[in-house]
Amino acid sequence: MGIFSVFIINKAGGLIFQYDHYSQRPEVEKTFSFPIELVLKQQDEKLVVAFGERDGIKVGYTLMGVNGIPVEGRFLQNDGTDAMEIINSPHNYPINLKFGRTKLTTNEKIMLASMFHSLFAIGSQLSPEPHSSGIEVLETDGFKLHCYQTMTGIKFIALTDPRQGGVDALLRKMYEVFSDFALKNPFYSVDMPVRCDLFDTNLQQVIEACEKQSIDYLLN
Amino acid sequence: MTVYTLYIFDRNGTCLYYTEWNRKKQPGMSKDEEFKLMYGMIHSIKSFVHRIAPTDLRDGFSNFRTSRYKLNFYETPSGMKFIMTTDLTVGNIRDILHQIYSNIFVEYVVRNPQCELGQPITSELFQTKLDEFIRGLSIFPTRIS
Repeated sequence: MGIFSVFIINKAGGLIFQYDHYSQRPEVEKTFSFPIELVLKQQDEKLVVAFGERDGIKVGYTLMGVNGIPVEGRFLQNDGTDAMEIINSPHNYPINLKFGRTKLTTNEKIMLASMFHSLFAIGSQLSPEPHSSGIEVLETDGFKLHCYQTMTGIKFIALTDPRQGGVDALLRKMYEVFSDFALKNPFYSVDMPVRCDLFDTNLQQVIEACEKQSIDYLLN
Repeated sequence: MTVYTLYIFDRNGTCLYYTEWNRKKQPGMSKDEEFKLMYGMIHSIKSFVHRIAPTDLRDGFSNFRTSRYKLNFYETPSGMKFIMTTDLTVGNIRDILHQIYSNIFVEYVVRNPQCELGQPITSELFQTKLDEFIRGLSIFPTRIS
């Protein structure tokens, strides 16, 4: 059970709000001897495991640290050495490497939001039945994405555990909170990112209430 | 319960087979364009889902639904994609899509030396077997629709 994160997308596909409620990203640390069994490749400035799952290190995990020193992009944070050079030279072994799923950067979140915006539209266009909406629920084996589009075109999206209930009520409640604390804020301009403490705190409360399964509270 | 359409794509995005049963709305574009749009959407959803996922995924994307229909997706390790659109009352039909792959596609296309892989399927035997199978499903509508 749980709600992982929520997104609000404006009618043009721009991300105007994002909140990670619960994110426990897996991290694995392991000491390797030469030569390393994993195949690493560079992807979006990061070193990603391309082949060789073992000991909880999965394909798609990013290199996060070398011998306890954090890695930024593909370079070590302390002196800017290329992490790949260290991994490729035998005299640095044994070596301790940390892998994990990295958090999404703000830019990636903005990109994913606009990607969903167009998927939503295509989903309704390819419908075999007339008058279909866009994607309302998208299911995978690890999470469920719920989307609620308001009459004004704003999309409220929640990523939740597949078993989480009451998400529809949560999304409608989020819309209410958004109307009350973002739109009524005189300093807020429409379709721009929401930066408002009252909105944040109220939204958190609504999410926590939904997690407690107190659907009664949400409806009243 | 209703089955609307079935799409079979290979790993390169070629639409190997398309068939429809109770489709009520045509997309307003040529079939060829529709296949490209469908494949593009599925491809983007797959990449979207893997990037936005807060946890590790095994199978990844399995289905989505809108207010009017449900799209079910199954992909084999070799990249064959089976997409079936149904109405909203249909539950998880991953098994059915897998059966289409293993009992019909493999039997009547892969084992048929006349069928060239990577080309649209023209085998009549495949078409009749598939149609029989779908019409025999419990999720296929009886006469009262």
